Amino acid sequence: MDWLKYRKLYFSISTILIVMGIISLYTFGLKLGVDFKGGAILEYKLENDISTEEVARKIEEQNIEITSIQTVGDKTYLFRLPPIGQEEKDKIKNVVTETVKGEVEELRFETVGPTIGPELVKKTLYAVAVASAAILIWVAIQFKSLKFGASAILAMFHDSFILIGAFSLLGYLLDAEVDFLFVTALLTTLSFSVHDTIVVFDRIREISKIEGRPLARKASSPEGELNKVANKALTETMVRSLNNSFTIIFMLTALLLLGGSTIKWFATALLIGTILGTYSSPFVAVPLLITWDNLAEKIRRRK
Amino acid sequence: MLSSPARKLLLIFLLVVIAAYISIPPVIPVSIHFGPINLDKNLIRRGLNYSFGSINIQKSFDLILGLDLAGGSHLVFEVDTQNIAGDKKETAVQATRNVMERRVNLFGVSEPNVQISSFEGRDRVIVELPGIHETREAVELIGKTAQLIFAEVGSEEKPGLIHTNLTGADLKSADVSFDQTTGNPVVVIQFTQEGTKKFADLTSKNVGRPLPILLDEVPISSPIVQEGITGGSAQISGEFALEEAKNLSIQLNAGALPVPVSLVEQRTVGATLGAEAVDASVQAGLLGLGFVLLYMILAYGRLGIVASFALLIFGVLTLSLYKLIPVVLTLPGVAGFLLSVGMAVDSNILIFERFKEERIRRPFADALEVSFGRAWDSIRDANIATLVTAFVLANPLDWNFLHTSGPVRGFAITLSLGIAISLFTGIVVSRNLLRVFIKESKR
Repeated sequence: MDWLKYRKLYFSISTILIVMGIISLYTFGLKLGVDFKGGAILEYKLENDISTEEVARKIEEQNIEITSIQTVGDKTYLFRLPPIGQEEKDKIKNVVTETVKGEVEELRFETVGPTIGPELVKKTLYAVAVASAAILIWVAIQFKSLKFGASAILAMFHDSFILIGAFSLLGYLLDAEVDFLFVTALLTTLSFSVHDTIVVFDRIREISKIEGRPLARKASSPEGELNKVANKALTETMVRSLNNSFTIIFMLTALLLLGGSTIKWFATALLIGTILGTYSSPFVAVPLLITWDNLAEKIRRRK
Repeated sequence: MLSSPARKLLLIFLLVVIAAYISIPPVIPVSIHFGPINLDKNLIRRGLNYSFGSINIQKSFDLILGLDLAGGSHLVFEVDTQNIAGDKKETAVQATRNVMERRVNLFGVSEPNVQISSFEGRDRVIVELPGIHETREAVELIGKTAQLIFAEVGSEEKPGLIHTNLTGADLKSADVSFDQTTGNPVVVIQFTQEGTKKFADLTSKNVGRPLPILLDEVPISSPIVQEGITGGSAQISGEFALEEAKNLSIQLNAGALPVPVSLVEQRTVGATLGAEAVDASVQAGLLGLGFVLLYMILAYGRLGIVASFALLIFGVLTLSLYKLIPVVLTLPGVAGFLLSVGMAVDSNILIFERFKEERIRRPFADALEVSFGRAWDSIRDANIATLVTAFVLANPLDWNFLHTSGPVRGFAITLSLGIAISLFTGIVVSRNLLRVFIKESKR
């Protein structure tokens, strides 16, 4: 089947998704968690329900600034504030205990100073840079041509960007936060995207070898040749790609359903990333490869 | 004589049995009430405990849970090295870390973790305390500089307190005891030889006058000297609660922090949340695994059953490796494990899809061998990409510009281990299982 005939369609879909991402980021921004911005969160499980306005007011009377109090579960409340020390934490606990007139159980407490966040961003950018460079070099060596590596990396960035855009939207609609774990999911998506893309490229390389048309001895191939090989490769790998994604999606869905609140958005990010990674290999990386190849061929002809 | 693949399988089988033994939890409650049988027993899986001659091997084969699963606290102290010369900074930070670790050990936390992390000129000490939820005391204990100095009361010409050269460094030991008369907690200190001399001089010079004892510039006790003390031991009695006395003795024993520190980050997970997370992870793991097995069998029939075995073996090997290394398992670590299960299946799928293709053009046995060979290239290339990313995230060489601790690293470590083991099971285990158990169906 000629998958690549519809290149323009695939590029349009990708462009729409990317533009949506840009709009969302511009309008809503990213909901950054405590890990990035600094701040404190305090999660309590109480014996009775409380009025969050009343508690917030009482805490502010103690001269402690409160950003928000959220109900996150059955009689479970999440307090968000700027970074606090032990004293303020004790005061808050007293206020809550008074208001509840019952048991107060502290489920978790995190306070992060303002310098930690920017550090995390830097470390992550370094990690992405190093990982991308390493992958690019590996692919270039294995496939003996830059266009494969470049297409794979572009598809990778495509997936990452759409994931970030998706979380900007989710952050606005469902309060999804971007934290350490999101960064992990992002990096995993990168690698999964490349993993999937390489399987297809690998098949392209193999078919070229079998049909006596070795790849990339020149920078480009006669028009339509790579196209034919690529189409064949896509057909042959499509089933395997879907099967593999299904198994990973099963595992992640199980994690999402059962994993509890702390890991919910992490699992969601991984799930979105996996779906994007699967989509991008046949419908972004390969079309990019073909387009690059065609352009290079046209340039060569003109010379 | 057994064929070569069968022999390999036997070896694999032995390996799996050992791994399975290590994997199972230490206590398995067995409760059977069926008809005439009434059984309520706890099966105990023992760890390794052998000693022959001078060799002593002990390993408990328990899974170490991270703070977010077991409950506990994660504290990050920033070390203030402003006043230290450049080349001495590193020693100062290292010394600070060592003192903190001594204090933590004396505090009595099981399996604490104290490590240094540096990034762009900021030096930090990260302290992890499993099982500790009330952190106020711990932060006090670990973060306080605790510089002990004996001072003399000044005179009219030089008013105020004058520091002497007798400090916490001159102490040999400190212990908690109870005052003979009042019954209040006190800290009894023993001086070193040099300290004893200094103390004797000091007390003789100041008979009848107070000798303030300062902790971080704050007087905690101001006893009046009755006579010169040459015995080399003294008692610090302030208004101490028992906890304060204990903490002070720990701080004196461990030594003062060479440089001041401040708390910049703190995370505490209560035990309930931790326990819930463990349950959730186990359930998710089992459910996910179940789905995958079902899917494989539906999609690939007999081959799928073989893949399922390989997958179970993968699970057992990975779990036992976590226990042996040991890997501290956190919630993201569990996610990494589940993800690697998905990828482990991928190796098998690549082989099976290839096998379906080859089967059309070749006889059965050939098709099997060829599909392994061809699939291996794809498997290797594809997994390397994920391994590279996981490697960069896991940062095993502790490069400072990458993450040196935390959930990201935990995830990456389990993911990399999982992929490495999946390469083994995908190629070695699946291959030999298929060779031995899948025979051409007779037409």
